[in-house]
Amino acid sequence: MAVASTTQRTESLTGSQSALGRLDLPRRLTLLAAMIVILLVFLVLGFVAWNGTRIFFAGFGLADILSTTWAPTADPPQFGILPFIAGTVGVTAIAAVISTPLSVGLAIFMSEIAPRWARNIAQPAMEVFVGIPSVVWGWLGITILVPCLRTNLSWAGFNVGFSWFAGSLVLSLMILPTITSISYDVIASVPHEMRSGSVALGSTRWQTIRHVVLPAATTGIVTAIVLGMMRAAGEALAVQMVIGNRPVMPTGLADPLTTLTSQITLDMGNTVAGEPWNEALWTMGLVLLLISFAFVLFVRRLSRRNSYQ
Amino acid sequence: MTGNRSLIWDRVATGVFWILATFVVAVLGAIIVHFLLASIGTLSLEFLTSSPSRTELGGVGPIIWNSFYILVLTLLITVPLGTIGGIYMAEYAGDGRIPNLIRLSQELISSVPSIVVGLFGLALFVIAFGWSFSALSGAMALTVFNLPLMMRLSEQAMRAVPQDERDASLALGASKWQTIHHVVLPLAIPGIVTGIILTAGRIFGEAAALIFTAGLSTPSNYDFTNFNLADPRSPWSPFHSATTLSVYIWKLNSEGLGSYVRQIADASSAILIIAVLLFNLGARLLGRTLQRRSTGSR
Amino acid sequence: MMSMENEMAIAQPVAKPVPQSATPPIGIQVEVRPEATESVAGNETRIAVRDLSVYYGAKRAVREVTLDIPANAVTAFIGPSGCGKSTILRCFDRMNDLIPSARIEGQIVLNGQDIYAPNVLPVEVRRRVGLVFQRPNPFPMTIFDNVAYGPRRHGQGDKKALEELVERSLQRAALWDEVKDDYKKKSGLALSGGQQQRLCIARTLATEPDVILMDEPASSLDPISTLKIEDLIHELRERYTIVIVTHNMQQASRVSQMTAFFTVGEDRAGYLVEFSPTAAIFTKPKEQLTEDYVSGRFG
Repeated sequence: MAVASTTQRTESLTGSQSALGRLDLPRRLTLLAAMIVILLVFLVLGFVAWNGTRIFFAGFGLADILSTTWAPTADPPQFGILPFIAGTVGVTAIAAVISTPLSVGLAIFMSEIAPRWARNIAQPAMEVFVGIPSVVWGWLGITILVPCLRTNLSWAGFNVGFSWFAGSLVLSLMILPTITSISYDVIASVPHEMRSGSVALGSTRWQTIRHVVLPAATTGIVTAIVLGMMRAAGEALAVQMVIGNRPVMPTGLADPLTTLTSQITLDMGNTVAGEPWNEALWTMGLVLLLISFAFVLFVRRLSRRNSYQ
Repeated sequence: MTGNRSLIWDRVATGVFWILATFVVAVLGAIIVHFLLASIGTLSLEFLTSSPSRTELGGVGPIIWNSFYILVLTLLITVPLGTIGGIYMAEYAGDGRIPNLIRLSQELISSVPSIVVGLFGLALFVIAFGWSFSALSGAMALTVFNLPLMMRLSEQAMRAVPQDERDASLALGASKWQTIHHVVLPLAIPGIVTGIILTAGRIFGEAAALIFTAGLSTPSNYDFTNFNLADPRSPWSPFHSATTLSVYIWKLNSEGLGSYVRQIADASSAILIIAVLLFNLGARLLGRTLQRRSTGSR
Repeated sequence: MMSMENEMAIAQPVAKPVPQSATPPIGIQVEVRPEATESVAGNETRIAVRDLSVYYGAKRAVREVTLDIPANAVTAFIGPSGCGKSTILRCFDRMNDLIPSARIEGQIVLNGQDIYAPNVLPVEVRRRVGLVFQRPNPFPMTIFDNVAYGPRRHGQGDKKALEELVERSLQRAALWDEVKDDYKKKSGLALSGGQQQRLCIARTLATEPDVILMDEPASSLDPISTLKIEDLIHELRERYTIVIVTHNMQQASRVSQMTAFFTVGEDRAGYLVEFSPTAAIFTKPKEQLTEDYVSGRFG
């Protein structure tokens, strides 16, 4: 009945091997670009591990390195890096302690409480916050924070200047936007039905936050804190500028100490490649690298556990 | 009444959260205002353009030049590579072993502290490649952690493109690559541009990775008529030693020389903060404009 | 698989429409339009489906479907949700290739060529077989660029030829009169829902396909836009082979000459129950299942 007005096409639907290959070419080329990242991991790990283990071939044993005495100019020199590791751990831990309530509170505020206009201020503010360069934080610490601590805490008998506390305080501000924005994402993604379920039972907003939202978001918030600590442990300049840089085991919050990053920043320019002092700094770099990688693997475990729930 | 008490607690909690949020935003505001005020009297067009000086206030002209030079160089390397890598991750990678290895690598590289990236750059670019302390060494060091970031951002921008658009293109007989080129990429560009600007802000402020790669020398008397790219004295050359603004602040502080350190560092910090604000604002505005243009008027 | 020559040889001479009995035997009143009674038995077979099974991973979604889609006619796929009618439709232009776990058995033969043969390029198949989606999805470009998208990707670089092709496609899609003033400036997204769907049809026509697949093309449209689309389908039948999936039986009866009824088996896989001229499906189906479905007793 109907007229066959399209001429039947007889051209082949098939393509030659080369046509198939051509269609696959973009995938291969883009894969090549993506694999550069893998190469970078191997390069960084390789270079740092190579230089970071050389000190063990220069007559220093593991016990020498894992001692508490850092005296590179003494005779014989001593390269115990425990003070730096302890310093990094201590400064990071206190920073997390200060920052966590602030950032998680802010995240809850932004997700659960803030009206639209307040969120429209808080969110861009966090983006600007995270963008402030670390030297600016350091400079702020030197010119404002340390003098401020000195004058305001001296009456209590503390002599807090360049110190553990100052370092942790600066770091806590630096990692605040990191913890806040990740926690915010996690809290905001708690399903709406869970909240309405609680509210429908007559719970107040605070009860809902405490007993429904926060428990559901716990793993994610822990991840956020760990990522914040990762940033704190790797931060160099801001810490170095306010911490006092005394290469001893941490004694008290009001006392100066030093960290892995600070010491590398300070000493690298004063040493020559090949001398043990320089190699010890590389070893500290290796320790930092391994700490960071450990954080990443820990976070991966956390998020995998989270996805099972 | 328990009902009453829980209502009171709810009020208290709400109040505490408001105070907390106000406090944090106020701290940020105070920091910005502090630096703006502290830079009054120093920050001027002359300060922005003249060379540093040992005896007078001088300026940061060449240093700002270096900051932008390294920024542009880094973006020239990371934007194309990152976007191409992002295409693979968004459009071709499935759940296989290699894509997962790439994802793990992205996370690992992003986690490396910038001071360690600096050490790596010192060993590889400065010493092994013999590029010495130069803009190129610095840009390559920044590439190390900016590349995975750029890849991630462009991947996210492309994943945000609705599957409908891809299906429509494929159903019209376009190949996968044509679909990516003519549909996915144009739609992802607003997101990618926003990402570029935000990472640019981070590159601009980075210091720790540059101290041991881009150099610490105080630049002066740049001869902008010297276009010999192989000459390390030319400000156009990727091999010129390139102290950036962030590094300069750190250097001023650690050397503590000169009577104008405070003014110069305050003003430089103000410049960095203004740059961060501009980058953020720019990312928002440009992203929005491009978005509007690409979706057409309704 | 049968070769094309055999198909032609087997094809019956053109038969006159079977006169319809005045009262349909079953409860539901489905208006049977003249087009539905038109016999297409003489038309050549455009797509021959042989023992088609579709799997998602280990699960079989469609079981052993065999049917011949006649050229220059409208074939409707109806059936309850989950019966695999859209899945089968998407096999015809290899869109299910995009789902990594999808796999097919059996053959789909377009113009004598097995479209799942190892060296067939899906891109070539999709050029010959257009697909119109459930929800209109124009690109965020001008109307002109939307229609020109396919030809441009296929290497049509000549500006004048492109302009003619775009205009002709918009005319055939019955959209030309509404957009001719500003189609080079106006975004495809600025059109109404019904216009967008006709734009999507025009976009498909511009690639000059043999077959147009439509996956519930009017399900997101208002009644007036739906009627326009149905009228358009009538006209397009002259030049193209059309397969339309619809959940709306009235629509099937209004637009199609052949209807295939699918349902879900106990193994949760869809299968073909009956493939007959549309008038027969709605008035005297061969199978009890079909009768139950079209009379509203099921699904």
